[in-house]
Amino acid sequence: MADVKKIATRESYGNALAELGKVNPDVVVFDADLAGATKTGVFKKAFPDRFFDCGIAESNMVGLAAGISTTGKIPFVSSFAMFAAGRAFEQIRNSVGYPHLNVKIGATHAGISVGEDGATHQCNEDIALMRSIPGMVVINPCDDIEAKQAVFAAAEYVGPVYLRFGRLAVPVVNDENYKFELGKGVTLKEGNRATIIATGLMVARALDAAKILEEKGIDVRVINIHTIKPIDKDIIIKAAKETDFIVTAEEHSVIGGLHSAVTEVTSRYAPCKVVPVAVMDVFGQSGPAAQLLDVYNLNADTIVEKVMANIKIESEE
Amino acid sequence: MDSKIKLELEKQANEIRKDIVTAVHSAKSGHPGGSLSLADTLTYLYFYKMKVDPKNPKDPDRDRFVLSKGHTAPAYYSVLAEKGFFPKEELLKLRKVGAMLQGHPDMKHIPGVDMTTGSLGQGISAAVGMALGGKIQNKDFTVYVALGDGEIQEGQVWEASMAAAHYKLDNLVAVVDNNGLQIDGNIADVMSPYPITDKFAAFGWNVTTCDAHDFDSIDAAFEKTKEKNGKPWVIVQKSIKGKGVSFMENQASWHGTAPNDEQYAQAMAELEKIGEGLGV
Repeated sequence: MADVKKIATRESYGNALAELGKVNPDVVVFDADLAGATKTGVFKKAFPDRFFDCGIAESNMVGLAAGISTTGKIPFVSSFAMFAAGRAFEQIRNSVGYPHLNVKIGATHAGISVGEDGATHQCNEDIALMRSIPGMVVINPCDDIEAKQAVFAAAEYVGPVYLRFGRLAVPVVNDENYKFELGKGVTLKEGNRATIIATGLMVARALDAAKILEEKGIDVRVINIHTIKPIDKDIIIKAAKETDFIVTAEEHSVIGGLHSAVTEVTSRYAPCKVVPVAVMDVFGQSGPAAQLLDVYNLNADTIVEKVMANIKIESEE
Repeated sequence: MDSKIKLELEKQANEIRKDIVTAVHSAKSGHPGGSLSLADTLTYLYFYKMKVDPKNPKDPDRDRFVLSKGHTAPAYYSVLAEKGFFPKEELLKLRKVGAMLQGHPDMKHIPGVDMTTGSLGQGISAAVGMALGGKIQNKDFTVYVALGDGEIQEGQVWEASMAAAHYKLDNLVAVVDNNGLQIDGNIADVMSPYPITDKFAAFGWNVTTCDAHDFDSIDAAFEKTKEKNGKPWVIVQKSIKGKGVSFMENQASWHGTAPNDEQYAQAMAELEKIGEGLGV
């Protein structure tokens, strides 16, 4: 995997917006003084008349987007996940979610991989917050190819969408033939012993884990859940029935994210053990992103460990 | 303003006041005080000023209105019903389970409502977004937004005000309903937003004032907003909370309380009498 191409999904976001702008004249973009970091600056450069910097005022930015969407425009609003989903939560809930307006929230710098900025900027709660709003679509793409297609899919969908992007360059796991389908999970590797369900940057790590497990003679299934809401129930139920247990892997709090979303499905339709690899209800800290992912056990080794530990327990039974 | 038109507006506003107390009485909850203080301005907007068509409520070229002080929905609904956006009978179902008329304005289900509001401070941001949408699409509609004087304690109002001036939105007219009272009492005692006019002027707005219960004064203020100089307009209107119902006037306690049967009868009798005085 040494020569795998790596791109941060925030880069994909900026590039996709600029491409989308060419084919869809209704797309407008708002940012809150972070256009360089969120990469909406790429769109700004291409379409300066359709880009609006709102200054450091995220709550107002979301309201502006709600208002302009009622005039027929398709606004993408961007900030770091912490300030988009966090600070502006109530504006998203009441001014966007409740009236089900056609507003897209492109949140970058999600999760612990923000790195050196530390806990104040590392949002591990955004999926939980956004998922709780009725009618909100929540997408957490795993790589460049998926992220770009997700931006186009969000623009096509009529209604509010939350898109989650990262700061850290991550491996491109999909090839050019990949076709993103809103609400559809993707089986990246077949297997019957256990299933790893991953989202975002943990998808590449889940594939790494599967390879290590394969070497140990353990055959695991790997599923990429890019759309956390509405979640692909069928693919989860199938995995719960066909494999012994599930390990979820996400760069998000264990509370309210992918693990919660998966267990909400399994507990109702196909009860099985679901073991989380996630941020275990703690705040992050400063440090290089790659190192932090190891410190918080968001890596292939941890996924392997969880699979091995549970296989052992079950064979003892 | 033409005296005949003025009299018609006064009669209409009085009918709307009756609708407000009737709806709130029927709901056994709601916000009559701030609804009554805004009643004349809303009547002026929908029956005189704004380009709207009840038969085509989503016309992309219509003028927009956002009730940022969303709790005064009874005034908004009464005006929309009187204008013909939906049947008046709906007012009697206000706040009841399954009813179209929610406690706060809901654009998804109520014809004529341009923005869902209720959480204070958010409506003005949406109004700024609409005005921006009008500008970039070269539309000539105007966006009106009504704010409470207590509401402007919300920080988001000032984020929005900054943005409206920054984007040079002279197609935006805000009204601050300065009745001087909020739930916990006098706005000056709770958390003074004064001086209101100076604050908006400092944020880059054109500022004017009016008497919220005199249609000549209201008209003069809105006429001024026709002057386009690249700045949004704000009208700070001096109003009386509970206007038209003697025992509700200038009482903070009537912010969010419904009249009982006896109080309702008295309120309606007083409004009937005002109507008779206008020759209804």
